[in-house]
Amino acid sequence: MKIVLENLTKTFPGRGKKDRNDVTAVDHISCEIPDGELIALLGPSGCGKSTTLNLLCGLEKPTAGSIYFGEENITELPPELRGVGMVFQNYALYPHMTVKQNILFPLENLKGKDRPSKEEMVNRAMETARLVQIEELMDRKPKELSGGQQQRVAIARALVKMPRVLLLDEPLSNLDARLRLQTREEIRKIQKKTGITTVFVTHDQDEAMSISDRIAVMRSGVLMQIGKPQEVYDNPASLFVAKFLGTPPINVFEGNVRGGMLYIGDEAVLSTEGVPDQEVFVGIRPEGFILKEDGPLTCQLERVEIMGRDISIISSHKACAGQNIRSIINAETKVDTASPSVRFALKPGKVFLFRKETEERIVF
Amino acid sequence: MGQQAEYEKQEKTAARRNKIRKILTYTALSLWALIVLFPFYWMLLTSVKSYGAYNAEHIPSFFTLSPTIQNYIDAFTSVPLVGYLLNTVIFAVLTTVLMVVVSVLAAYAFARLDFRGKNLLFTAFLSMMMIPAELVVITNFVTITNLDMRNTFAGLVLPSVTSVFYIYLLKENFEQVPDELYRAAKVDGTSDLKFLLKVMIPICRPTIITVTILKIIECWNSYVWPRLITDDPAYYLVSNGIQEIRENGFGRENIPAMMAAVVVISVPLIILFLVFRKKIMEGVSRGGMKG
Amino acid sequence: MNTNNKKAWLYLLPATLFLAFFLVYPLIDVFIYSVEEGYNFASQTYFGTGLYNFSYVLHDPFFLQAVKNTFILVIITVPVSTGLALLISAGLSSIRPLRDLFQTIYFLPYVTNTLAVGLVFMILFQKTEYTDGLVNLILGWFGRGPVDFIDGPYWAKMFVLCFYTIWIVMPFKILVLTSALSSVNPDYYRAARVDGTPRLRVFTKITLPMISPMIFYLVITGFIGAFKAYSDAVALFGTDLNAAGMNTIVGYVYDMLYGDSGGYPSYASAAAVILFAIVLTITCVNLLASRKKVRI
Repeated sequence: MKIVLENLTKTFPGRGKKDRNDVTAVDHISCEIPDGELIALLGPSGCGKSTTLNLLCGLEKPTAGSIYFGEENITELPPELRGVGMVFQNYALYPHMTVKQNILFPLENLKGKDRPSKEEMVNRAMETARLVQIEELMDRKPKELSGGQQQRVAIARALVKMPRVLLLDEPLSNLDARLRLQTREEIRKIQKKTGITTVFVTHDQDEAMSISDRIAVMRSGVLMQIGKPQEVYDNPASLFVAKFLGTPPINVFEGNVRGGMLYIGDEAVLSTEGVPDQEVFVGIRPEGFILKEDGPLTCQLERVEIMGRDISIISSHKACAGQNIRSIINAETKVDTASPSVRFALKPGKVFLFRKETEERIVF
Repeated sequence: MGQQAEYEKQEKTAARRNKIRKILTYTALSLWALIVLFPFYWMLLTSVKSYGAYNAEHIPSFFTLSPTIQNYIDAFTSVPLVGYLLNTVIFAVLTTVLMVVVSVLAAYAFARLDFRGKNLLFTAFLSMMMIPAELVVITNFVTITNLDMRNTFAGLVLPSVTSVFYIYLLKENFEQVPDELYRAAKVDGTSDLKFLLKVMIPICRPTIITVTILKIIECWNSYVWPRLITDDPAYYLVSNGIQEIRENGFGRENIPAMMAAVVVISVPLIILFLVFRKKIMEGVSRGGMKG
Repeated sequence: MNTNNKKAWLYLLPATLFLAFFLVYPLIDVFIYSVEEGYNFASQTYFGTGLYNFSYVLHDPFFLQAVKNTFILVIITVPVSTGLALLISAGLSSIRPLRDLFQTIYFLPYVTNTLAVGLVFMILFQKTEYTDGLVNLILGWFGRGPVDFIDGPYWAKMFVLCFYTIWIVMPFKILVLTSALSSVNPDYYRAARVDGTPRLRVFTKITLPMISPMIFYLVITGFIGAFKAYSDAVALFGTDLNAAGMNTIVGYVYDMLYGDSGGYPSYASAAAVILFAIVLTITCVNLLASRKKVRI
C-alpha cells in the first residue's frame, strides 16, 4: 500500500504557564512512500517523528494536510478503519493475557462480516506466530518472555489482522545491543516476507541505514530529506543530515571559497569550480581523507587508534568546529606517530559544502 | 466515492456518541457531587435559619431570606462547645506530637541502625497492623479505669499514640535518604541523634507533615475511645460533645443551633483539607483507612 | 556493635512500650477475659473458666440482632460502594476539565466528623411532628408517602444506615481507584484503539484486569471496615442502638463494656473475639478468591 503525505501538519496548543505558543510538532510534511517498502523516520528526540507515526495510525488528528493510503484519503478515519498494525515502544502487551490471547485480541474486535470464525481466528494467530517464530510460546504470559520474544509477540499482534500498513515505534530501543542487531534483521525478514509497507521510528541512524529501503530524516517537525540510505549518506541536503548520518560522524570545518578554491584556514584544500566566493561549512566524511606527505590540509596529530582493518587518525585543526578530526585510513598505510602533524589530501566526493547561514548544501 | 461517504457517516455517529457519552458522564459526576455537597449545604442553611422559622416550615425550604447568627451564639453560649473544641485541640496536639516523636525514633532505628533481631522485630511490628482496635479496646478500657485515669487527658491520649502504619510509612521514607549522607555524617563525627534532627527530618519533612495531618484528622474524628473513657462533659471531645448536644443539648430540640455546632466542628477540618489537599489525598491513597 | 544495639533499642523503646502495653498485652488479655466466667468488674474476680461467655453472647437476642444488622450492612454496602466508586472513578478518568474540582468535592466526606455530619443526615431523613423532612418531600414529588427513616420501619432505618455508610466510605474508594486507573500505562489503551476495540471491551478486558489487585484490596478493606461499623449508626440513631434495633457487633461490644447496660468485659470480649473470627474468616476467603482471580 503506497502512503502519501500532503502538507501534513500537527500543532499542539501551548501547555506551559509562561510559553503559551503553539508547538508545531509536524510542519508541512509531504512525501510518498512506495508500496511494500520499509521506511525509517529518523531524527533526534522531539523532532516530530513519533507524532508523525501517531498521525499515520490515527491516534492523533492532523491540524492540516492529508494522508492517503493508496488512492484513498484516510485523514479523517479513526484508527480501527485504517487497517494499520502498530508496535509500541514498550510493546504494550496485555500482562494478564497469554501470548495467544494477546494475538487473538485484535481479531476478536472485528465485527459483522469481517469477523472470522473462532477456528479461523486461531488458525490465523498460529500462522502469524509461526511467521515470527513464537509458536511454542503461545501459552506464556508476557512477563515470562525475554525482551526479544515480547517484541515478536507485539509484531505478531500487529500483523494478525493483516494490516495494510505496519507501524513500529522505536521497536529496538528496549533491547540490549546484541539482541538489537539480531532483531532488526528479523524485522527486515518479516517485512520482506509479508511485503507490508512498514514505517518505523528510530533515533539510531545505524539502525535506520542498515535495514530500511528509505530513510526520512526529520528535525523540529520538518522533513529534511528522504531517500535511499546510501543516497542520503552520499548526498546530504543539509549540514544537519550530514552530521546525523554516519559513524563515526562527519568532520565539520569552517572554510572559505575564494576564486574557485576551498580554503580551510590558510590552506587551499580543494578545487570548487563554479562556487561563488563565500564563507562555508565544510563537511568531510572520515573516509574522505587520504594520508599524503604533501597533502594540502595540515592538522596537529593527537593520536592513532588501530582498529584492525582500519586505523583512525585523531587530529585537530583550529578551523574544526568539533573537538577532534577523526579520519579513517586503510591499515596498510604507514603513519609516523612521532610527527607533530599530519597532512591530508581529500577525496572530492566525500567533501560537502554548506552555506554558512542556512546550512544548505552547495553542490559543486 | 461511496466508501468515503460511509466513512464520514461513521465518523459523525462516533462523534455524536462521544458527545452523548460526555454529557452523560458529566451529569452522573455532577449528581454524585450534589449528593456529597448537599448535606454540607443543608447544614449551613439550617444553621442560619431562625429557630422559629425552622419549626414553622412544614415543607423544608431550600433557602432562607433572613439568615441569622443567633444559632451560632446559642451554640457557643448555651452548650459548652468551646470546651469541646478546646479539649479536642489539646487531645489532637498531644496525641499527634507524641505519635510523631515516637514514630520518628522507631522508624529511624528501623531504617538506619543495625541491631540484632531487627528484621524479626519489624515483622512483629507489621503484623500488629492487623490487630483490630475493637479487640484491644476492652483491656485498655479496664487498664485505664484501674489506673484511675478516666476523665483525664493522659487516659485519652496514651492508648491513641502508637500507629504502626505511620512508623512503616516513615521508615520507608527514611530509607530513601542515601546511605552516603549517613556515612559522611559519621565520618564528620555527627551523632545519630544530631543526624536525625539535622538531616533526616528536614529531608523527610513532607512525609512527616502528611503523617501529622492524617493523625490530626483521625484525632478530630475519634469517637469510640473518648466515649468509653470520659463521662464527665468537661473532658468531652467534639464527637462526644455533638452526641451530648443531640441528646440533652439545648433543653429542647433546637435543630438550627445543633447545625450551627456541627458547622463549627466541621469547618476546621475542611479548611485543613483545602489547604493540604494534595498531601492528604496522597497520604490516604498510600494506605490510610478511615476507622 | 554492642553500643549500636543498645542505642537502637533506646530509639525503639517508646514505640515498643506503647505497643506492648496498649496493643499486644490487651490482645492477649481479651482472649483471657473471654473465657473467664462470672468476672466481676468491681472486685476483679472470677469463678471459673470456660466457654459460657460465648454461649451467653450467642444466645443474646441483642447480639443476634447486631449480627444480622452488621451482615446486612456489609452485604449491601461493600458491593454497592465498590461498584459505584468504580463507575465514578472511570467517569472521572475519562474527563479533563473540572476533574480536580470533582476529585476535591468527592473527598470531602473523608475529612468530616462522622458523628457531626450524621446529624445532618438524621434531620434530612427524619420525620417529626413538625415536618416530614427533606427526603420525604422529595419522595412526595414521586407520589410516595412519608416514611420515618429514623424511628420508623426496620428497612427504612437500614436504608439510611447503608446510605450514610456508603457516603462515608466513597472518598477512600474513589481515591484509590482513580489513582489505580491513572497508573495504567496509556499505551495499552492506544494499542487497543489501533485495534478498534469497543469501549466496553476495553473496560472489561483491559482496564478491569489491570486494576483488579486494587479492586480486591478495596473489597477486603471494605469488608473489614463495614464489619466494624458503629459510629455511623450512633450518628444516625443515637447511643441507645439496642432500643433502635440498629445495633452493630462493635456497638454490642461497647454497650457490654460501658454505658447503661455495661460492666461486662467478659461478654464484651467474647463478642469481640467472635467478631474477630468472622472478619478473619471473611478476609481469608477473600484472599483465597483473589489468589485465583488476580494473576498479574
